[in-house]
Amino acid sequence: MKSEEQSLFKTRGLTKVYVTGDVEIHALRGIDLDIYQGEIIVLLGHSGSGKSTFLNILGGLDRPTAGSVFYKEDEITTLNDGGLTKYRRDHVGVVFQFYNLIPSLTAKENVALVTEIARDPMAPEEALALVGLEDRVDHFPSQLSGGEQQRVAIARAIAKRPDVMFCDEPTGALDSNTGTVVLEALERVNRELGTTTVLITHNAAISELGDRVVFFADGHIAEVKTNATRRPPSELVW
Amino acid sequence: MGALDRKLFRDLWRIKGQALAIAMVIGCGIATLVMSLGTLESLEQTRAAYYERYRFADVFANLKRAPQRLAAKIEAIPGVRQVETRIVKDVTLDIEGLDAPASGRLISMPDHGSPALNNVYLRQGRLLAGGRSNAVLVSEPFAEAHGYHPGDTITASLNGRKRALEIVGIVLSPEYIYSIKAGDMVPDNKHYGIIWMKRQSLAAAYGLEGAFNDIALTLSRDAKVDDVLAQIDKLTAPFGGVGAYGRKDQISHAFLNNEMHGLESTGAVVPPIFLGVAAFLLNMVILRIIETERGQIGLLKAFGYTNWDVGAHYLKFVMIVTIVGVTLGCIGGAWMGRGLTEMYTEFFKFPFLYYQLDTALFAIAIIVSLVAAFLGTIGALRKAIVLPPAEAMQPSPPPVYRKASFGFSKLFTGFSQPVRMIIRHVTRWPIKSFFTSLGISASVAILVVAFFLEGSIDRLIEIQFDETARQDVAVVFEGAHPRSALAELEKMPGVLKVEPMRSVPARFRFDQKHRRVALSGRLPEGEINRLLDTSLTPMVLPQEGLVISSKLGQMLGAKLGDRIAVEILEGRRPTLTLTVAGIVEEYIGYSAYMNIDALDKVLGDQATVTGGYLLIDPVQEKNLYQELKNTPGIAGVSLRSTVLGSFKKTMAENMLIMITFYIIFATMIAVGVVYNTARISLSERGRELASLRVLGFTRLEVSSILLGELALLTAFALPLGCFLGYGLAWLTVSAFDTELFRLPLWLTAQTYGKAMLIVAFSAVVSGLIVRHQVDRFDLVAVLKMRE
Ligand SMILES: Nc1ncnc2c1ncn2[C@@H]1O[C@H](COP(=O)(O)OP(=O)(O)OP(=O)(O)O)[C@@H](O)[C@H]1O
Ligand SMILES: [Mg+2]
Repeated sequence: MKSEEQSLFKTRGLTKVYVTGDVEIHALRGIDLDIYQGEIIVLLGHSGSGKSTFLNILGGLDRPTAGSVFYKEDEITTLNDGGLTKYRRDHVGVVFQFYNLIPSLTAKENVALVTEIARDPMAPEEALALVGLEDRVDHFPSQLSGGEQQRVAIARAIAKRPDVMFCDEPTGALDSNTGTVVLEALERVNRELGTTTVLITHNAAISELGDRVVFFADGHIAEVKTNATRRPPSELVW
Repeated sequence: MGALDRKLFRDLWRIKGQALAIAMVIGCGIATLVMSLGTLESLEQTRAAYYERYRFADVFANLKRAPQRLAAKIEAIPGVRQVETRIVKDVTLDIEGLDAPASGRLISMPDHGSPALNNVYLRQGRLLAGGRSNAVLVSEPFAEAHGYHPGDTITASLNGRKRALEIVGIVLSPEYIYSIKAGDMVPDNKHYGIIWMKRQSLAAAYGLEGAFNDIALTLSRDAKVDDVLAQIDKLTAPFGGVGAYGRKDQISHAFLNNEMHGLESTGAVVPPIFLGVAAFLLNMVILRIIETERGQIGLLKAFGYTNWDVGAHYLKFVMIVTIVGVTLGCIGGAWMGRGLTEMYTEFFKFPFLYYQLDTALFAIAIIVSLVAAFLGTIGALRKAIVLPPAEAMQPSPPPVYRKASFGFSKLFTGFSQPVRMIIRHVTRWPIKSFFTSLGISASVAILVVAFFLEGSIDRLIEIQFDETARQDVAVVFEGAHPRSALAELEKMPGVLKVEPMRSVPARFRFDQKHRRVALSGRLPEGEINRLLDTSLTPMVLPQEGLVISSKLGQMLGAKLGDRIAVEILEGRRPTLTLTVAGIVEEYIGYSAYMNIDALDKVLGDQATVTGGYLLIDPVQEKNLYQELKNTPGIAGVSLRSTVLGSFKKTMAENMLIMITFYIIFATMIAVGVVYNTARISLSERGRELASLRVLGFTRLEVSSILLGELALLTAFALPLGCFLGYGLAWLTVSAFDTELFRLPLWLTAQTYGKAMLIVAFSAVVSGLIVRHQVDRFDLVAVLKMRE
């Protein structure tokens, strides 16, 4: 469906080996994958198969042991610390399984944390409105439900209008109804802003949300499946 | 304000108690710094201006009698700028309403105009010019002690004749800022006064017309003091000169120096300790915060905040606490400094006072604290800076508890689960636990020093007045007398016992170094005035040879067995070579002794005395005093009761105020450390403890785990703190060691006991506060929190 020229990320031979003591853990064993502009890509796989490791490397949070990652024309795997920071600041939005809000900041301030250092951010209120939290802006995390907290985290990630969103099990800690609301927020951002989205989940049902589904197994890509149509989150059953 | 800064302020607010406790510790250190150095600066400036305006001399010399023309020869010595000759005589005073004899120093004033050197500042009344021959000026401290005003009269015995002197003016003098009688340790303004009289009148009374017995002179900037002193000694020797001396041996100047040295030592010793403790506390708190906020740090980095942004965030945290502390400290220090300077002005009687705080001092305070805080926390900050974003996103793994650390698993079997939790937690992080204990022990140590200072002064008084100078009365004659003169004293009412004393002015030379010290002859086994050896037991003077105080030994670099050249500065002025045969311990001044018979022998004299030590029957006190006042030939009388009284008063005014501050400060440290420790362990273990509550443990059981740990660490800290306190007391003793004054290193069970009690009490109070917080745990909130 999408041509080679529009690919946003290219990974080649991406390998990650963790050494703890004298045990070597091969978290990634040579991943080759292209991620296209504007798509939602879902990563599925057993626990420990290397999904988070892969996502962290793409997000510039971690470095591979070998192999390379190209973001557009740039090989981010060669960037130094400062370069990676700038890459994250300018291009990447992240959402984690645990909401990871700063407890001492309100919803709006948590979003402002990111918009303050972004080049072309939207107003924090606008980002919160996109995830349906326009009337919760001044609440502290402790005054929000899990789903609301996760939506704040998404608002925070999208507020800087990132080129790509990385979401590591964003619904992992939520019930299905709340999860649906969160996924709707993500899907809407992808639709309206065209933000390329990479989403990790353990829930096979959620994979129908994506344009493509990548199956991880033991540090390899076992299979890449292309969905003919994306199913809206409200229709997912889980 | 950015969101990150908002987080900063909210986080600070959340731990305001801890932050304030640390800020207070910094504040105490800085207050001490600003107070001591600010006061020092003010005193130095005030004194310098005073000296300059009233032309305080650089060199002084006393002699028996010299013709006026000698002055010209002295003026011709290279390096001498201006010479002023005077007549100076110590006399006894008979003061109405004062039973005890008092003494005074009569100083001549030129008949016309004001003195070229050592001028006086008129406070009340008028100067002498044109007045009657019995007109005098008196020093203000003396006048104040007796409520004298111009027009009042005092009676003095001049050359054996009683004279009524009319006070016409009350003055201050740069030469007697500290008016202290030779041989005394502290000023006693009731019994010692400085009196200025027209030269003509004084010369007439003592038959010194056309002659002088005292000179003061100033030096040019490039003069070599030692050379000038040697030249003066050579010129005055034929006229009974007892050795010229520079400002550093001038009593008032030396005492002021001593006081200033004390301020300097305080400023050098105390602030580093406080700042060190504060840096340690900051490190403890910031480390804990960084550990707790690993996730947040990773998150910030994941969003594109740089390592530096994150480091700066926590650095700001440290800096804000520090700045609050410094601000409190500067305000407190300026206030205390103002008070202290006023106290000094009052005490020293400066005619004016400079107290303008140098902004440079505040700058130093700020820089020093910021640097200390920065160095203290750089390790913790580094952790936040280098934390890789991916790693930060993972919750820190549960700590690896060993089943039994140190292999004493058998010991565990008898303990309940809570006790096991305490011991495991403590032994799981032995280094961290040790440092926590070390922090608590720092407060014990500082308290030990504060109480040591207090106890040490009491001990000093005990050594000085109960073990050494045990006389009720010390009498100094005018000049030397045969020992039989003591029989006169023995016959006086109420005198139980008399011991002879002979004091000879001398200059000691050893290995390039030289000092002017009186060589004192004593009975070998004196019962009234005793000497103590270095282990503070009474010493029997050796048959021959010299006994010097350990301070003099240190000043000359001489030790037991060394041979010292002693130039006697009176009589035939022989130079003796004497072997150091003993060392005595003294905490005030420095001195040298000899068996009085041996002294007479080496000087080729019959048994001679210059004074005596008396034990008296207190019932007859008044009669004796009356008799002493009426006896001619007595230059001075020192009474135990008044000397002890003024010593205590002076100490109370100076040291005890400081000690009180230290006790307050050290208590703040204790509370700061213990409270922080308790708070941190609460935050570290909140989840664990909340889980126990959920499992059905009572509040009491849960808080006893937390407090048990605190108790364990405190229990370990107490003896450690006493040990450190001893070391710190030793350091303090070295820092305050001056030629005039030393502190005995004297720590008693009471010293340690009080220090430990305060810390234990602080621990209990902190524990109760934290316990209150445990009791109010919102269980749901704690368990929901992701650590
Ligand atoms: N910091 C680390 N040190 C050592 N090993 C690690 C580290 N991080 C991950 N691993 C290992 O690498 C492998 C891949 O981990 P990763 O977190 O990528 O898996 P995942 O697919 O995200 O699993 P899950 O679905 O459970 O989140 C696992 O075996 C894990 O134990
Ligand atoms: Mg994962």
